[in-house]
Amino acid sequence: MTTFAGSQAFIGIIYLIASALFILALKWMNAPPTARRGILSGEIGMVLAIGGTLLQLGVDGKLEHISIDYTWIFIALGIGTAIGVPLGLVQMTAVPQRTALSHAFGAFCVTLVGTSEFYLGTPHIPAFKMAVLCCEVILGGLTVTGSLMAAGKLQEVLPQRPITFKGQNFVNLTMLAVAIVLAVYLVHDPGATHLYPVMVGIALMFGVMLVIPIGGADMPTVISLLNSYAGLSAAAMGFVLNNKLLIIAGALDGSSGLILSVIMSKAMNRSFTNVLFGAFGQVAAAAAGGQEARPVKSASPEEAAGILAAASRVVVVPGYGMAVAQAQHKVRELYDALTKRGIDVRFAIHPVAGRMPGHMNVLLAEADVPYDRLMEMDDINGDFPQVDVSLIIGANDVTNPAAKTDKASPIYGMPVLDVERSHTVMVIKRSMNPGFAGIDNPLYYMDQTLMLFGDAKVFVSNIVKELAH
Amino acid sequence: MSQVVLMGTALIDGLFVFMLAGFIGFEVIKRISPLLHTPLMSITNALDAIAVVGAIVLVGRNESPLAHVLGILAVIAATSNIVGGFLITDRMLKMFKSSRPTKS
Repeated sequence: MTTFAGSQAFIGIIYLIASALFILALKWMNAPPTARRGILSGEIGMVLAIGGTLLQLGVDGKLEHISIDYTWIFIALGIGTAIGVPLGLVQMTAVPQRTALSHAFGAFCVTLVGTSEFYLGTPHIPAFKMAVLCCEVILGGLTVTGSLMAAGKLQEVLPQRPITFKGQNFVNLTMLAVAIVLAVYLVHDPGATHLYPVMVGIALMFGVMLVIPIGGADMPTVISLLNSYAGLSAAAMGFVLNNKLLIIAGALDGSSGLILSVIMSKAMNRSFTNVLFGAFGQVAAAAAGGQEARPVKSASPEEAAGILAAASRVVVVPGYGMAVAQAQHKVRELYDALTKRGIDVRFAIHPVAGRMPGHMNVLLAEADVPYDRLMEMDDINGDFPQVDVSLIIGANDVTNPAAKTDKASPIYGMPVLDVERSHTVMVIKRSMNPGFAGIDNPLYYMDQTLMLFGDAKVFVSNIVKELAH
Repeated sequence: MSQVVLMGTALIDGLFVFMLAGFIGFEVIKRISPLLHTPLMSITNALDAIAVVGAIVLVGRNESPLAHVLGILAVIAATSNIVGGFLITDRMLKMFKSSRPTKS
């Protein structure tokens, strides 16, 4: 018995060290110079925790005289690694869908473990354990399907437009309520094995229903929220297994996801409930239309290059369109060409530009744009009156001045980049069709605005060619 | 009866840990530059996959065929998150370079 307690103390200390390393990993993530140390710290913590668990399993097996199935553990670890490596090597433009997919995998693991614990324990599961187990599998289940839906939308295998129908919110809330009622019943009677699959099934369906009405522009908030749910379900699993390392890792992930969702929804001036139940795209599409025939000024690559060459301060505003056109490398060439001429070039990054938090930063860093040239919205907004040219590449709503002035606009109140204060605004855009959210942008009709029609990648490379002359 | 009390204490202990870790998470993550929000999400994803330890115990103890199979799938899913998550975070962070000379 003492040796048994000894093995518990041993694994406890290992988990304690791993917890500290996990917290340090996140602490070192705060700035680029120390961030890679953070990864190392996280990796050491992970290896310690897994190694310690394997050892303890062996010791416990000896003490309890049960044989431990190491073969399948290592086979599973091997298969997981084989799947993980390609997932770690995806293109940077595919990072949002990869992230959504990994939220699904994490929640899948948690849901499966919770389900096993239920069937192993039923009908003798103490009430509080059953309660956290229900939290674990409901949160886990809805995160699995919700994240898969999000990944499908981001990969464009599912329609990106929000899908809505009448009474959608009522249906969703009813499903959630039924799942909770079933959970309460299961806490009361953990032997009701026939109800358990129903509860999990409803959680899985709820995840699908939750993400169906969400459009591409809301993806940053939704991915962050799913991140938070994945973390909370892992923390609930920690309660079920009485494993403090899991509780800590889950709480860290949960709070990280929550902070990011708050930042994202603030950057869109919307509440969580509005993102989840608002079906943004539909309202917006109704508000657009009827404003087609207003005149705009357009310019050729030669003219654009001339204006850029004459400028002394240029701000580039990238958006999802840059990612879609894979234009980030051409943008870097433009940055180099202008910098060589002594022009000050900076990048203005709106928090919700792209499809996940920090999306634009990663793409530009991939293209070797130095990160100290990437400015946050609040840091650069005051500088726009001194900017000669703002070049907008594939961004729309985040530059829309209607958010500040037009109370009827669906994005009224959303903080935006004050590009219209710069001397000249150039917008690279495929056509005058309203963007994804379908909101008309008055910026395009302003006197200082020039529209550069064409594919972002092609247009930017034409400008670069002109500048080389 | 004593068992219930014991488990109740474990739950309270767990809640204390959860609360403290939540506060630490908030304080630490608040300070992370928006520049690194994408790598932040991928590394928290990898750390979250520590759930693999629960799955490993399930597979190893092999208490029922169902738990065994579900455990194996869970280990596969979590391991792919660990490996893929650390790998892609590292790739992303390698790309962030400053225009100023590095002051390491």
